[in-house]
Amino acid sequence: MTQWSGYFGLILQGALVTIELTLMGSVLALIMAFLAGMGRLSRFFVLRALATAYIEFFRGTSIFVQLFFAYFVLPLVGFELTPLQAGVLALGLNVGAYAAEVVRGAVQSIGREQHEACIALNLGRWQGMRHVILPQAFLVMLPTFGNNAIELLKATSVVSLISLADLTFQAQVVRAQTGNTMVPFTTILVIYFILALLISWGVRSLERRMARGLDGVRV
Amino acid sequence: MSATAPIIKVDAISKSFGAFKVLDGLSMQVMPREKLALIGPSGSGKTTILRILMTLERIDGGHIQIDGEQLYHMERNGQLLPADERHLAKMRQKTGMVFQLFNLFPHKSVIDNVTLAPMLTKGTPRAAAEKRAMELLDMVGMADKAKAMPAQLSGGQKQRVAIARALALQPKIMLFDEVTSALDPELVEEVLNVLWRLCAETDMTMLLVTHEMGFAHDFADRVLFFDRGRIVEEGKPDEIFRNPKQERTQGFLKKIIAAGHRV
Repeated sequence: MTQWSGYFGLILQGALVTIELTLMGSVLALIMAFLAGMGRLSRFFVLRALATAYIEFFRGTSIFVQLFFAYFVLPLVGFELTPLQAGVLALGLNVGAYAAEVVRGAVQSIGREQHEACIALNLGRWQGMRHVILPQAFLVMLPTFGNNAIELLKATSVVSLISLADLTFQAQVVRAQTGNTMVPFTTILVIYFILALLISWGVRSLERRMARGLDGVRV
Repeated sequence: MSATAPIIKVDAISKSFGAFKVLDGLSMQVMPREKLALIGPSGSGKTTILRILMTLERIDGGHIQIDGEQLYHMERNGQLLPADERHLAKMRQKTGMVFQLFNLFPHKSVIDNVTLAPMLTKGTPRAAAEKRAMELLDMVGMADKAKAMPAQLSGGQKQRVAIARALALQPKIMLFDEVTSALDPELVEEVLNVLWRLCAETDMTMLLVTHEMGFAHDFADRVLFFDRGRIVEEGKPDEIFRNPKQERTQGFLKKIIAAGHRV
């Protein structure tokens, strides 16, 4: 009889690492999404070009290769990263590239009449963006941001390849030590699923809260 | 500036959308405190001139002076240069606009719609901005809905809030772009009443694009009839509505009356 309780403890430790990676990666992705998304809408060619280059590059190359690059190649040019730092960097930049297009699309979906009201009220470009356009656009972004966060959660499993002890890594450890494949992998399958459900649920309740009053029914 | 100088001077402006010439060498002058009604068929350029005065559209040629200053040009060392964003922002302080579709900010409460611009553009403290907003909302009969969200309001109520919002910046000139056109007939009156009140209680210059001919007749000091990007006829309301001289004005008014509008 295998001592499963110890092994479950190991997997739970892995879950904490996965959650940590997901949270930190999401924060970086969110920052990149707004920087690059707004960059794509900039009046200035240089900013538009930079944002486009970033988005196309990180969408067009594999997260797996990006992670290896961050962890194994950057040290060769003097950037030594811990596995956690490399993981957050690769995940954040990769998912941020997808989310940047969400930001751009949502901002563009806000009607011209809102921009015109801003001009008529003499709000500056940034004031209008900050107080009128982005708050409305954010609501449009939220559901897709939820998808992006779940994608990021699932992508965290690649960090096990650079020896970061996340869920997937720990499942492999347990498998190697017990010879049992079914129990560890079924367990992490369920844990990933629960984490994804938590994200869905969190985003949906945030969406509900922010939409309050907008349809004239719920206040 | 002397009291008799025009507050708006439009000099030979033109504006095209693609191949379509909306305004064709248009000139006009508006005196301070004057109430002007702009009428004419759709596509005649009357809304475009309001949008140009609010800097929502740029002109292709000509000059505009508002309150003695160039709108789209800056005078630097005796030279006229195209206006930069800072100059436009300064000029926009003189003018407010109310839109056909209200354009309220749906994510902000009624009072926040009214206080936003004064707080951001003039640095008015929140308490003072709210006090002023409540006075304005009271004037348009919307004080009891200050905490409501726009989606909870009827069209007429939204438009009254939009008027209060524009007034909060204390413009000298107010532009009303078909402000009752999107309203159910029974809601038109409440908005027109607010306009009457503004007329009686303030000395703002008001330009009104409207299809409410009866209201235009009673309200305006002067009526401009637009057709194909030009002012075809202008005069006192009685002259234009009772005794139009131009054929096109006569034709337009006939159509309007046939459509059931009171003149």
